[in-house]
Amino acid sequence: MDFRFDIIWDYAPLLLKGTLYTIAISISSILLGSILGLGVSFGKMSSRRFLRWPMQSYVNFFRGTPLLVQIYIVHFGLIPLLYGKTNALIAAITALSLNAAAYTAEIYRAGIQSIDKGQMEAAKSLGMTHAQAMRFVILPQAIRRMIPAFGNEFIVLVKDSSLVALITAPEIMYWSNAMKAQYIRVWEPYLAAAFIYFVLTYFLSKLLAAVERKV
Amino acid sequence: MKPIIEVTELSKAYGDNVVLKNISVDIDSKEVVVVIGPSGSGKSTFLRCLNLLEEPTGGNIAIEGKSLMDKSTSITKIRTEVGMVFQQFNLFPHLKVLDNITLGPIQIRKWPAQKAKSKAMELLDKVGLADKANAFPASLSGGQSQRVAIARALAMEPKIMLFDEPTSALDPEMVGEVLAVMKELAKEGMTMVVVTHEMGFAREVGDRVIFMEQGYIVEQGTPEQIFERPQQERTKAFLSKVL
Repeated sequence: MDFRFDIIWDYAPLLLKGTLYTIAISISSILLGSILGLGVSFGKMSSRRFLRWPMQSYVNFFRGTPLLVQIYIVHFGLIPLLYGKTNALIAAITALSLNAAAYTAEIYRAGIQSIDKGQMEAAKSLGMTHAQAMRFVILPQAIRRMIPAFGNEFIVLVKDSSLVALITAPEIMYWSNAMKAQYIRVWEPYLAAAFIYFVLTYFLSKLLAAVERKV
Repeated sequence: MKPIIEVTELSKAYGDNVVLKNISVDIDSKEVVVVIGPSGSGKSTFLRCLNLLEEPTGGNIAIEGKSLMDKSTSITKIRTEVGMVFQQFNLFPHLKVLDNITLGPIQIRKWPAQKAKSKAMELLDKVGLADKANAFPASLSGGQSQRVAIARALAMEPKIMLFDEPTSALDPEMVGEVLAVMKELAKEGMTMVVVTHEMGFAREVGDRVIFMEQGYIVEQGTPEQIFERPQQERTKAFLSKVL
Protein backbone atom coordinates (compact mmCIF):
# COMPACT_ATOMS: atom_id res chain seq x y z
CA MET A 1 0.00 0.00 0.00
CA ASP A 2 1.37 3.36 -0.91
CA PHE A 3 0.36 6.42 1.04
CA ARG A 4 0.21 9.56 -1.09
CA PHE A 5 1.17 12.50 1.04
CA ASP A 6 1.19 14.57 -2.13
CA ILE A 7 -2.61 14.54 -2.44
CA ILE A 8 -3.00 15.57 1.18
CA TRP A 9 -0.57 18.35 0.40
CA ASP A 10 -2.70 19.33 -2.61
CA TYR A 11 -5.74 19.48 -0.41
CA ALA A 12 -4.04 21.17 2.53
CA PRO A 13 -5.43 24.65 1.80
CA LEU A 14 -8.98 23.27 1.63
CA LEU A 15 -8.52 21.12 4.71
CA LEU A 16 -7.20 24.15 6.53
CA LYS A 17 -10.21 26.17 5.44
CA GLY A 18 -12.42 23.29 6.59
CA THR A 19 -10.65 23.24 9.94
CA LEU A 20 -11.38 26.92 10.42
CA TYR A 21 -15.02 26.23 9.62
CA THR A 22 -15.10 23.35 12.09
CA ILE A 23 -13.63 25.62 14.76
CA ALA A 24 -16.07 28.43 13.97
CA ILE A 25 -19.08 26.10 13.90
CA SER A 26 -18.03 24.44 17.16
CA ILE A 27 -17.35 27.66 19.04
CA SER A 28 -20.58 29.30 17.85
CA SER A 29 -22.60 26.22 18.72
CA ILE A 30 -21.15 25.76 22.18
CA LEU A 31 -21.69 29.46 22.97
CA LEU A 32 -25.25 29.59 21.64
CA GLY A 33 -26.02 26.16 23.06
CA SER A 34 -24.73 27.13 26.51
CA ILE A 35 -26.81 30.31 26.63
CA LEU A 36 -29.90 28.50 25.40
CA GLY A 37 -29.20 25.59 27.73
CA LEU A 38 -29.18 27.90 30.76
CA GLY A 39 -32.69 29.03 29.88
CA VAL A 40 -33.81 25.46 29.28
CA SER A 41 -32.43 24.32 32.63
CA PHE A 42 -34.17 27.14 34.51
CA GLY A 43 -37.39 26.19 32.73
CA LYS A 44 -36.89 22.57 33.68
CA MET A 45 -36.28 23.44 37.33
CA SER A 46 -39.19 25.87 37.47
CA SER A 47 -42.06 25.18 39.82
CA ARG A 48 -44.43 26.35 37.08
CA ARG A 49 -45.67 23.45 35.04
CA PHE A 50 -46.22 25.49 31.84
CA LEU A 51 -42.49 26.25 31.82
CA ARG A 52 -41.24 22.95 33.09
CA TRP A 53 -43.17 20.66 30.80
CA PRO A 54 -42.08 22.15 27.43
CA MET A 55 -38.45 22.34 28.53
CA GLN A 56 -38.53 18.74 29.74
CA SER A 57 -39.95 17.73 26.35
CA TYR A 58 -37.27 19.75 24.60
CA VAL A 59 -34.51 17.89 26.44
CA ASN A 60 -36.22 14.54 25.84
CA PHE A 61 -36.53 15.22 22.12
CA PHE A 62 -32.96 16.33 21.54
CA ARG A 63 -31.46 13.60 23.69
CA GLY A 64 -33.76 10.95 22.35
CA THR A 65 -33.32 11.44 18.60
CA PRO A 66 -30.17 11.11 16.48
CA LEU A 67 -28.20 14.28 15.85
CA LEU A 68 -28.13 13.51 12.12
CA VAL A 69 -31.93 13.44 12.00
CA GLN A 70 -32.01 16.77 13.85
CA ILE A 71 -29.52 18.25 11.37
CA TYR A 72 -31.71 17.15 8.44
CA ILE A 73 -34.87 18.50 10.06
CA VAL A 74 -33.21 21.86 10.65
CA HIS A 75 -31.51 22.02 7.26
CA PHE A 76 -34.36 20.85 5.03
CA GLY A 77 -37.28 21.94 7.20
CA LEU A 78 -36.69 24.64 9.78
CA ILE A 79 -34.22 26.92 7.98
CA PRO A 80 -36.15 27.04 4.65
CA LEU A 81 -39.30 27.68 6.68
CA LEU A 82 -37.79 30.66 8.52
CA TYR A 83 -35.28 31.87 5.96
CA GLY A 84 -36.92 31.04 2.60
CA LYS A 85 -34.00 28.95 1.35
CA THR A 86 -31.45 26.49 2.67
CA ASN A 87 -28.17 27.61 4.17
CA ALA A 88 -25.82 24.85 5.29
CA LEU A 89 -23.75 26.94 7.68
CA ILE A 90 -26.73 28.45 9.49
CA ALA A 91 -28.43 25.05 9.63
CA ALA A 92 -25.27 23.44 11.00
CA ILE A 93 -24.86 25.98 13.78
CA THR A 94 -28.59 25.96 14.57
CA ALA A 95 -28.86 22.19 14.80
CA LEU A 96 -25.68 21.78 16.85
CA SER A 97 -26.69 24.63 19.17
CA LEU A 98 -30.17 23.23 19.76
CA ASN A 99 -28.66 19.82 20.46
CA ALA A 100 -25.96 21.23 22.76
CA ALA A 101 -28.61 23.22 24.64
CA ALA A 102 -30.34 20.00 25.69
CA TYR A 103 -27.12 18.48 27.00
CA THR A 104 -25.81 21.65 28.65
CA ALA A 105 -29.23 22.15 30.29
CA GLU A 106 -28.65 18.90 32.15
CA ILE A 107 -25.13 19.97 33.08
CA TYR A 108 -26.45 23.26 34.51
CA ARG A 109 -29.22 21.49 36.39
CA ALA A 110 -26.87 18.98 37.96
CA GLY A 111 -24.39 21.74 38.84
CA ILE A 112 -26.99 24.04 40.36
CA GLN A 113 -28.65 21.29 42.32
CA SER A 114 -25.29 20.18 43.70
CA ILE A 115 -24.94 23.47 45.61
CA ASP A 116 -26.01 23.20 49.25
CA LYS A 117 -29.46 24.71 49.78
CA GLY A 118 -28.09 26.73 52.70
CA GLN A 119 -26.38 28.93 50.10
CA MET A 120 -29.71 29.94 48.57
CA GLU A 121 -31.16 30.47 52.04
CA ALA A 122 -28.25 32.66 53.11
CA ALA A 123 -28.57 34.74 49.92
CA LYS A 124 -32.31 35.11 50.37
CA SER A 125 -31.94 35.99 54.04
CA LEU A 126 -29.83 38.96 52.97
CA GLY A 127 -32.72 40.14 50.82
CA MET A 128 -31.66 38.86 47.41
CA THR A 129 -34.23 37.93 44.82
CA HIS A 130 -34.03 34.44 43.37
CA ALA A 131 -32.31 35.86 40.27
CA GLN A 132 -29.72 37.78 42.33
CA ALA A 133 -29.01 34.71 44.44
CA MET A 134 -28.48 32.67 41.28
CA ARG A 135 -26.21 35.26 39.73
CA PHE A 136 -24.02 36.16 42.70
CA VAL A 137 -24.07 33.04 44.84
CA ILE A 138 -25.25 29.85 43.15
CA LEU A 139 -23.97 30.06 39.57
CA PRO A 140 -20.40 31.18 40.37
CA GLN A 141 -20.04 28.08 42.54
CA ALA A 142 -21.99 25.76 40.27
CA ILE A 143 -20.06 26.72 37.14
CA ARG A 144 -16.81 25.52 38.68
CA ARG A 145 -18.34 22.12 39.22
CA MET A 146 -19.72 22.12 35.68
CA ILE A 147 -16.41 22.74 33.90
CA PRO A 148 -15.39 19.08 33.49
CA ALA A 149 -18.82 18.16 32.11
CA PHE A 150 -18.76 21.18 29.82
CA GLY A 151 -15.34 20.10 28.58
CA ASN A 152 -16.71 16.69 27.62
CA GLU A 153 -19.66 18.27 25.88
CA PHE A 154 -17.40 20.61 23.95
CA ILE A 155 -15.18 17.77 22.77
CA VAL A 156 -18.19 15.68 21.74
CA LEU A 157 -19.54 18.66 19.84
CA VAL A 158 -16.32 19.18 17.89
CA LYS A 159 -16.40 15.56 16.77
CA ASP A 160 -20.13 15.52 16.08
CA SER A 161 -19.79 18.62 13.93
CA SER A 162 -18.38 16.26 11.28
CA LEU A 163 -21.99 15.22 10.60
CA VAL A 164 -22.79 18.56 9.04
CA ALA A 165 -20.66 17.54 6.05
CA LEU A 166 -23.80 15.66 5.01
CA ILE A 167 -25.63 18.95 4.48
CA THR A 168 -22.59 20.39 2.63
CA ALA A 169 -21.31 22.70 5.34
CA PRO A 170 -17.72 23.17 4.15
CA GLU A 171 -15.86 21.83 7.18
CA ILE A 172 -13.14 19.19 7.58
CA MET A 173 -15.22 16.14 6.72
CA TYR A 174 -16.77 17.83 3.72
CA TRP A 175 -13.34 18.38 2.15
CA SER A 176 -12.23 14.86 3.03
CA ASN A 177 -15.22 13.51 1.15
CA ALA A 178 -14.38 15.78 -1.75
CA MET A 179 -10.82 14.50 -1.72
CA LYS A 180 -11.99 10.91 -1.71
CA ALA A 181 -14.30 11.57 -4.67
CA GLN A 182 -11.59 13.30 -6.64
CA TYR A 183 -8.78 10.76 -6.15
CA ILE A 184 -10.91 7.66 -5.44
CA ARG A 185 -8.70 6.95 -2.45
CA VAL A 186 -9.80 6.14 1.08
CA TRP A 187 -6.85 6.22 3.48
CA GLU A 188 -5.45 9.66 2.80
CA PRO A 189 -8.65 11.75 3.14
CA TYR A 190 -10.01 10.00 6.21
CA LEU A 191 -6.74 9.58 8.08
CA ALA A 192 -6.04 13.24 7.40
CA ALA A 193 -9.47 14.13 8.80
CA ALA A 194 -8.97 11.88 11.82
CA PHE A 195 -5.60 13.47 12.46
CA ILE A 196 -7.00 17.02 12.34
CA TYR A 197 -9.91 16.17 14.65
CA PHE A 198 -7.52 14.49 17.04
CA VAL A 199 -5.25 17.53 17.14
CA LEU A 200 -8.24 19.81 17.76
CA THR A 201 -9.70 17.75 20.59
CA TYR A 202 -6.29 17.10 22.10
CA PHE A 203 -5.53 20.80 22.39
CA LEU A 204 -9.05 21.50 23.54
CA SER A 205 -8.72 18.99 26.36
CA LYS A 206 -5.39 20.54 27.39
CA LEU A 207 -6.99 23.98 27.32
CA LEU A 208 -9.92 22.80 29.44
CA ALA A 209 -7.59 21.16 31.94
CA ALA A 210 -5.78 24.50 32.25
CA VAL A 211 -9.08 26.34 32.78
CA GLU A 212 -10.08 23.79 35.40
CA ARG A 213 -6.85 24.34 37.30
CA LYS A 214 -7.20 28.09 37.14
CA VAL A 215 -10.69 28.48 38.63
CA MET B 1 -44.90 51.03 71.72
CA LYS B 2 -46.02 48.61 69.05
CA PRO B 3 -44.12 45.27 68.99
CA ILE B 4 -41.59 44.99 66.14
CA ILE B 5 -42.61 41.36 65.50
CA GLU B 6 -46.22 40.23 65.91
CA VAL B 7 -46.95 36.54 65.43
CA THR B 8 -50.62 35.60 65.48
CA GLU B 9 -51.89 32.03 65.50
CA LEU B 10 -49.02 30.90 63.30
CA SER B 11 -49.19 27.32 62.09
CA LYS B 12 -47.04 25.27 59.78
CA ALA B 13 -47.61 21.78 58.45
CA TYR B 14 -45.77 19.55 56.01
CA GLY B 15 -48.65 17.51 54.68
CA ASP B 16 -50.17 15.82 57.72
CA ASN B 17 -47.18 16.60 59.89
CA VAL B 18 -48.08 19.70 61.90
CA VAL B 19 -44.90 21.28 63.28
CA LEU B 20 -46.25 24.62 64.53
CA LYS B 21 -49.62 24.91 66.22
CA ASN B 22 -51.22 28.32 66.77
CA ILE B 23 -48.15 30.18 67.90
CA SER B 24 -48.88 33.71 69.08
CA VAL B 25 -46.13 35.90 70.41
CA ASP B 26 -45.15 39.57 70.28
CA ILE B 27 -41.55 40.70 70.38
CA ASP B 28 -40.59 44.25 71.26
CA SER B 29 -37.87 46.32 69.72
CA LYS B 30 -34.48 45.74 71.45
CA GLU B 31 -35.80 42.62 73.12
CA VAL B 32 -33.64 39.48 73.22
CA VAL B 33 -35.85 36.41 73.02
CA VAL B 34 -34.30 32.99 73.43
CA VAL B 35 -36.24 29.97 72.18
CA ILE B 36 -35.40 26.65 73.80
CA GLY B 37 -36.86 23.18 73.53
CA PRO B 38 -36.09 19.61 72.50
CA SER B 39 -35.20 18.83 68.89
CA GLY B 40 -38.27 18.50 66.75
CA SER B 41 -40.14 20.98 68.93
CA GLY B 42 -40.59 23.37 65.99
CA LYS B 43 -38.32 26.11 67.31
CA SER B 44 -36.16 26.35 64.17
CA THR B 45 -39.23 26.23 61.95
CA PHE B 46 -40.73 29.06 63.99
CA LEU B 47 -37.59 31.13 63.51
CA ARG B 48 -37.43 30.38 59.77
CA CYS B 49 -41.04 31.49 59.40
CA LEU B 50 -40.07 34.94 60.69
CA ASN B 51 -38.21 35.73 57.44
CA LEU B 52 -40.34 33.41 55.34
CA LEU B 53 -37.63 30.86 54.61
CA GLU B 54 -40.52 28.60 55.58
CA GLU B 55 -43.95 29.47 54.27
CA PRO B 56 -46.51 29.39 57.12
CA THR B 57 -49.67 27.41 56.43
CA GLY B 58 -51.83 29.54 58.69
CA GLY B 59 -51.94 32.62 60.89
CA ASN B 60 -50.06 35.84 60.43
CA ILE B 61 -46.64 37.38 61.00
CA ALA B 62 -46.16 41.13 60.94
CA ILE B 63 -42.78 42.88 61.06
CA GLU B 64 -42.93 46.57 61.91
CA GLY B 65 -46.66 46.39 61.28
CA LYS B 66 -46.35 44.91 57.78
CA SER B 67 -47.94 41.53 57.30
CA LEU B 68 -45.66 39.00 55.61
CA MET B 69 -48.72 37.16 54.32
CA ASP B 70 -49.93 40.22 52.48
CA LYS B 71 -49.22 39.81 48.75
CA SER B 72 -48.31 43.51 48.46
CA THR B 73 -45.52 43.21 51.03
CA SER B 74 -42.09 42.89 49.42
CA ILE B 75 -40.54 39.95 51.18
CA THR B 76 -37.07 40.73 49.84
CA LYS B 77 -37.39 44.22 51.36
CA ILE B 78 -38.42 42.78 54.74
CA ARG B 79 -35.48 40.37 54.63
CA THR B 80 -33.02 43.24 54.30
CA GLU B 81 -34.27 44.37 57.74
CA VAL B 82 -34.11 40.88 59.26
CA GLY B 83 -30.63 39.34 59.41
CA MET B 84 -30.16 35.63 59.88
CA VAL B 85 -27.34 33.48 61.19
CA PHE B 86 -27.41 29.76 60.42
CA GLN B 87 -26.19 26.70 62.24
CA GLN B 88 -24.00 25.75 59.26
CA PHE B 89 -22.76 29.37 58.72
CA ASN B 90 -23.55 29.22 54.98
CA LEU B 91 -20.72 31.56 54.06
CA PHE B 92 -20.26 31.96 50.32
CA PRO B 93 -17.17 29.79 49.70
CA HIS B 94 -16.27 31.39 46.36
CA LEU B 95 -15.90 34.84 47.89
CA LYS B 96 -13.28 36.22 50.24
CA VAL B 97 -14.42 37.13 53.74
CA LEU B 98 -14.60 40.81 52.83
CA ASP B 99 -16.66 40.11 49.70
CA ASN B 100 -19.00 37.86 51.65
CA ILE B 101 -19.80 40.86 53.79
CA THR B 102 -19.98 43.52 51.09
CA LEU B 103 -22.07 41.50 48.61
CA GLY B 104 -25.41 42.37 50.22
CA PRO B 105 -24.77 46.07 50.79
CA ILE B 106 -23.40 46.52 47.24
CA GLN B 107 -25.93 44.45 45.32
CA ILE B 108 -29.04 44.99 47.40
CA ARG B 109 -28.55 48.26 49.25
CA LYS B 110 -26.68 49.68 46.22
CA TRP B 111 -23.98 51.19 48.38
CA PRO B 112 -20.80 52.39 46.68
CA ALA B 113 -18.04 49.77 47.01
CA GLN B 114 -15.91 52.02 49.23
CA LYS B 115 -18.67 52.59 51.75
CA ALA B 116 -19.52 48.87 51.86
CA LYS B 117 -15.87 48.03 52.35
CA SER B 118 -15.31 50.42 55.24
CA LYS B 119 -18.50 49.16 56.91
CA ALA B 120 -17.30 45.57 56.42
CA MET B 121 -13.90 46.35 57.93
CA GLU B 122 -15.57 48.03 60.87
CA LEU B 123 -17.71 44.91 61.45
CA LEU B 124 -14.76 42.54 61.02
CA ASP B 125 -12.92 44.58 63.61
CA LYS B 126 -15.91 44.27 65.91
CA VAL B 127 -15.99 40.47 65.62
CA GLY B 128 -12.21 40.35 65.98
CA LEU B 129 -11.36 39.16 62.48
CA ALA B 130 -10.01 42.21 60.68
CA ASP B 131 -6.90 40.22 59.73
CA LYS B 132 -9.06 37.66 57.86
CA ALA B 133 -10.58 40.12 55.37
CA ASN B 134 -8.76 38.58 52.42
CA ALA B 135 -9.03 34.97 53.51
CA PHE B 136 -11.41 32.51 51.92
CA PRO B 137 -14.04 30.88 54.16
CA ALA B 138 -12.46 27.44 53.74
CA SER B 139 -9.44 28.61 55.72
CA LEU B 140 -11.48 29.72 58.75
CA SER B 141 -12.31 27.73 61.87
CA GLY B 142 -15.96 27.17 62.76
CA GLY B 143 -15.98 29.94 65.32
CA GLN B 144 -14.36 32.36 62.89
CA SER B 145 -16.82 31.37 60.15
CA GLN B 146 -19.77 32.04 62.39
CA ARG B 147 -18.39 35.42 63.43
CA VAL B 148 -17.98 36.34 59.76
CA ALA B 149 -21.56 35.17 59.15
CA ILE B 150 -22.74 37.48 61.92
CA ALA B 151 -20.78 40.36 60.38
CA ARG B 152 -22.30 39.55 56.98
CA ALA B 153 -25.81 39.76 58.39
CA LEU B 154 -25.04 42.96 60.29
CA ALA B 155 -23.65 44.64 57.18
CA MET B 156 -27.20 45.06 55.91
CA GLU B 157 -27.90 47.11 59.05
CA PRO B 158 -30.89 44.98 60.00
CA LYS B 159 -33.33 45.91 62.74
CA ILE B 160 -33.79 42.31 63.81
CA MET B 161 -31.34 39.41 63.99
CA LEU B 162 -32.41 35.77 63.92
CA PHE B 163 -29.98 33.12 65.17
CA ASP B 164 -30.72 29.50 64.28
CA GLU B 165 -28.66 27.35 66.66
CA PRO B 166 -25.56 29.44 65.91
CA THR B 167 -23.22 27.41 68.11
CA SER B 168 -24.54 23.88 67.55
CA ALA B 169 -22.07 23.04 64.77
CA LEU B 170 -19.06 24.40 66.66
CA ASP B 171 -16.36 22.63 68.56
CA PRO B 172 -16.88 23.34 72.27
CA GLU B 173 -13.84 25.61 72.57
CA MET B 174 -15.24 27.93 69.90
CA VAL B 175 -18.70 28.41 71.35
CA GLY B 176 -17.52 31.16 73.67
CA GLU B 177 -16.16 33.48 70.99
CA VAL B 178 -19.46 33.39 69.09
CA LEU B 179 -21.58 33.90 72.19
CA ALA B 180 -19.38 36.84 73.16
CA VAL B 181 -20.16 38.57 69.87
CA MET B 182 -23.87 37.90 70.35
CA LYS B 183 -23.74 39.21 73.89
CA GLU B 184 -22.12 42.41 72.67
CA LEU B 185 -24.84 42.78 70.06
CA ALA B 186 -27.56 42.34 72.67
CA LYS B 187 -25.92 44.98 74.81
CA GLU B 188 -26.04 47.42 71.90
CA GLY B 189 -29.80 47.04 71.76
CA MET B 190 -30.28 44.74 68.78
CA THR B 191 -33.62 42.97 68.62
CA MET B 192 -32.69 39.30 68.64
CA VAL B 193 -34.50 35.99 68.40
CA VAL B 194 -32.14 33.16 69.26
CA VAL B 195 -32.82 29.45 68.97
CA THR B 196 -30.17 27.73 71.05
CA HIS B 197 -29.22 24.94 73.39
CA GLU B 198 -26.90 27.25 75.32
CA MET B 199 -28.83 27.60 78.56
CA GLY B 200 -26.13 29.79 80.07
CA PHE B 201 -26.57 32.29 77.26
CA ALA B 202 -30.37 32.16 77.61
CA ARG B 203 -30.13 32.86 81.29
CA GLU B 204 -27.54 35.61 81.07
CA VAL B 205 -28.51 37.48 77.93
CA GLY B 206 -32.18 36.70 77.31
CA ASP B 207 -34.87 39.20 78.27
CA ARG B 208 -37.38 36.47 77.71
CA VAL B 209 -37.15 32.71 77.32
CA ILE B 210 -39.70 30.75 75.32
CA PHE B 211 -39.94 27.01 75.85
CA MET B 212 -41.40 25.11 72.90
CA GLU B 213 -42.39 21.49 72.61
CA GLN B 214 -44.29 19.58 69.92
CA GLY B 215 -45.14 22.73 68.00
CA TYR B 216 -46.57 24.64 70.96
CA ILE B 217 -45.23 27.41 73.14
CA VAL B 218 -45.48 25.59 76.45
CA GLU B 219 -44.24 28.38 78.66
CA GLN B 220 -42.52 31.74 78.44
CA GLY B 221 -41.16 34.27 80.85
CA THR B 222 -38.03 35.92 82.15
CA PRO B 223 -34.97 33.66 82.48
CA GLU B 224 -35.52 33.61 86.26
CA GLN B 225 -39.12 32.47 85.87
CA ILE B 226 -38.27 29.73 83.38
CA PHE B 227 -35.07 28.46 84.94
CA GLU B 228 -35.83 28.96 88.65
CA ARG B 229 -39.61 28.58 88.88
CA PRO B 230 -40.94 26.78 85.80
CA GLN B 231 -44.71 26.27 86.08
CA GLN B 232 -45.25 23.51 83.54
CA GLU B 233 -44.29 19.89 84.11
CA ARG B 234 -42.91 19.60 80.59
CA THR B 235 -40.65 22.59 81.10
CA LYS B 236 -39.36 21.09 84.32
CA ALA B 237 -38.77 17.74 82.62
CA PHE B 238 -36.82 19.38 79.78
CA LEU B 239 -34.73 21.56 82.04
CA SER B 240 -33.88 18.66 84.33
CA LYS B 241 -32.35 16.95 81.30
CA VAL B 242 -30.32 19.87 79.94
CA LEU B 243 -29.19 21.73 83.03
